[in-house]
Amino acid sequence: MTVETGAPRQEPDLRESHARGWRGVGWGFVAKLLMMALVNALGLSIIFAALNVEAWGILAASTTLLIAADVIYFMKRTLPLKYIFPGLVFLLVFQVFVLGYTGYVAFTNYGTGHAGSMQQAVDAALIQDEQRVEGSPTYPLAVVDNGDEIGFAINADGEVSVGTETQPLEPVGGAVVDDAGTPVEVEGWEIVPRSALFTDQDLQNQVVALRVPVSDDAESGSIRTRDGSSGAIYSSSLDWDPDARTLTDSETGTVYEATDTGNFVAADGSSLPAGWVVTVGFDNFVDAVTDTNLSGPLAKVTVWTFAFAILTVLTSFGLGLLFAIIYNDPRIRARRTLRTLFILPYAFPAFMSALLWRGMFNREFGIINDWFFFGMDINWLGDPLLAKVVILWVNLWLSYPYWFLVCTGALQALPGDITEAARIDGAGRWRQFRSITLPLLMVSTAPLAIASFAFNFNNFTIIYMLTEGGPPFPGTSGLGSSDILISAIYSISGVDGGVANYGLASALSIVVFIVVGVISAIAFRQTRKLEEIQ
Amino acid sequence: MSAHNAVAPRHTPTRRSRWWGELGWKYPVAAVIIFYSIFPLVYVLSAALSDSGTLSSGGALFSDVSFSNFAALGDTSYWSWVANTLIVGGASSFGAVIMGAAAAYAFSRFRFKGRRPGLTSLLIIQMFPQTVAFIAVFLLLTALGNVAPALGINSKIALICVYLGGALGANTFLMYGFFNSIPVEIDEAAKIDGATHSQIYWQLIMPLVTPILAVVGLLAFISAFGDFILARIVLVSEDQWTLAVGMYQWVSNQLTSNWGLFAAGAVIAAIPVLVLFLSLQRFIVGGLSSGSVKG
Repeated sequence: MTVETGAPRQEPDLRESHARGWRGVGWGFVAKLLMMALVNALGLSIIFAALNVEAWGILAASTTLLIAADVIYFMKRTLPLKYIFPGLVFLLVFQVFVLGYTGYVAFTNYGTGHAGSMQQAVDAALIQDEQRVEGSPTYPLAVVDNGDEIGFAINADGEVSVGTETQPLEPVGGAVVDDAGTPVEVEGWEIVPRSALFTDQDLQNQVVALRVPVSDDAESGSIRTRDGSSGAIYSSSLDWDPDARTLTDSETGTVYEATDTGNFVAADGSSLPAGWVVTVGFDNFVDAVTDTNLSGPLAKVTVWTFAFAILTVLTSFGLGLLFAIIYNDPRIRARRTLRTLFILPYAFPAFMSALLWRGMFNREFGIINDWFFFGMDINWLGDPLLAKVVILWVNLWLSYPYWFLVCTGALQALPGDITEAARIDGAGRWRQFRSITLPLLMVSTAPLAIASFAFNFNNFTIIYMLTEGGPPFPGTSGLGSSDILISAIYSISGVDGGVANYGLASALSIVVFIVVGVISAIAFRQTRKLEEIQ
Repeated sequence: MSAHNAVAPRHTPTRRSRWWGELGWKYPVAAVIIFYSIFPLVYVLSAALSDSGTLSSGGALFSDVSFSNFAALGDTSYWSWVANTLIVGGASSFGAVIMGAAAAYAFSRFRFKGRRPGLTSLLIIQMFPQTVAFIAVFLLLTALGNVAPALGINSKIALICVYLGGALGANTFLMYGFFNSIPVEIDEAAKIDGATHSQIYWQLIMPLVTPILAVVGLLAFISAFGDFILARIVLVSEDQWTLAVGMYQWVSNQLTSNWGLFAAGAVIAAIPVLVLFLSLQRFIVGGLSSGSVKG
């Protein structure tokens, strides 16, 4: 990017930025230098950490961003970017990338049972299948620590060997063993006392999970321990053949072949639990409409999503407009007080309102039943229809003040002479409203109504806080009759626990994006924001 | 109506009924609206002050007044949730203001290659709500957490970063319009006097745009305060939760729900918001009609 200032160029030495020059007040430059030192330190630490855990994507992205930051803030030509860059970084990583990644995941089978690469799936399969080698000896064992990581020291027939997760067992000289044969002194290592194992739960888990390879050859198995004082050789009965892409069970002779769908499947149809991520094309989208378990509930959810968003906008806009018209009357006393009381629900945090109404509508102890329905046992939140009515009612309570404020403002901005002219021409009150006030009002409020529709289309908070999508549909879809698309996506994705299906959930996110995108495009044309850009 | 006419000697019957027809009926209607709007709020206040720890309807409103629920908040993680909410909301609102204002300044004052495409793409990107992409956010933070735990799941810093990513698209436009309304002649005069671009930005423009900074900061704070889905995914352990996640947890389970605590917590959390909202009504209404919707 180059700067094309319209003003005639001045002598550069007259206008040297304070962030560059030492003359005069040099603090701007010092401050910038300190900031950039901090940014570079943070960036480098992330780069090295990424290198360490072999996260290549993060490594590439952080390196690019850090170099870009240094170039931008130490070059003179990149003036506009100096202002835009900080926000741009966040936008790129946490919005643009995230949107793009959703698009990618939508075309994969990412989820429970399908995570990571094929190699990770093989490793997981080998570990899951690992069993103690039959007839293998038990070795006296001690847990050792060198400050960085823990390892095992074992006594194999008088010869003490030490190894860690990454370092296979190697004999060490000069180790001391006690009467039971357990190593008590190993050079370069500190023996972890057994009492520490009993008291430290974290350490205990680490020790139980630790696998120390017997040799460089993975087939020879690894030392594991159950009790922290004796170890034995464990190995997997599965053999991985990278060329044929098969896992062979050496005991039963079953051959599991890698499939295109990201699983290891045997000839008899049985498969291993560990799988990997593969792209599946439009399968997720097709599943959403053809899967008999899912398509019915999803269709209902989609219809309710539109109904919810449209009805919410219509009811709250209508009520707000009605109140605005009634109370936009200079003869009414205490107008300001009335207005403040009217909009109080809007000032109460939305999620708390939803939770509060959830309590008030409770079947057993809620006061709605007790006070307004003579103690009848109405199952407000557990009935498919009533739950929807409650949601609309609460959302009306939450959002009519917004429309009341907006419409009051818009009404006051209307030119009074037009209505006056209409009155002189003999138009009745309804006629005035219908033909003059409403059309003028819609000019300023229609874009807001569209924005409100888009917002409510994804109003996760109110649904989840009030009903959590319930009552559930019959069947195994996991969805409920008051679920809207975003809360259905939440249940399907499994980020909250349970079986995860990131692929299908992302595919539904894409559908939501398309709907919201179309709506926004309409709003965009309406407001003609492009004109502002010119 | 006729009964009123009979006992109204000072007004002629027609004037009286005209008053009722045009104006008088609005007062009883207002009473109904006020009942609708503040009944739940009065009720939560009453429940907060009640002794029983339930939202039970056993007695009348304010039948017993005690502060035991408020005192009991001290034994819960409530105050650390308040602190978390303030940290997350404050940091993301500060960041949104600083970054949004800087970007708006650049778009409003500099003419550079890629300016118009930049503005257009911002406009398009901000149409797609970040919350819908929460799965990708979750997966991204899981990956980042392996590299830098401070940017991973269960970190407030990560949540702030996520909010900041969504802030730029929305706020830049709000601010861009406002920056454009500040005459360019002011900058040019300062430039001729030898001011640098950073001096113009910090010492001239920023003081002139304070109202929009306040609006954007407030809206960003409110949206962070009210966000549930991202906060719930990112913040896992109880001591990291924000108010939205924590208070949901209090009442989500029917068997263990504690409405007394919820009511007390809601009153404490809502009072500052109410005060802030009512005192800044004018600003917020302005911000609302510029296209932001409550989060």
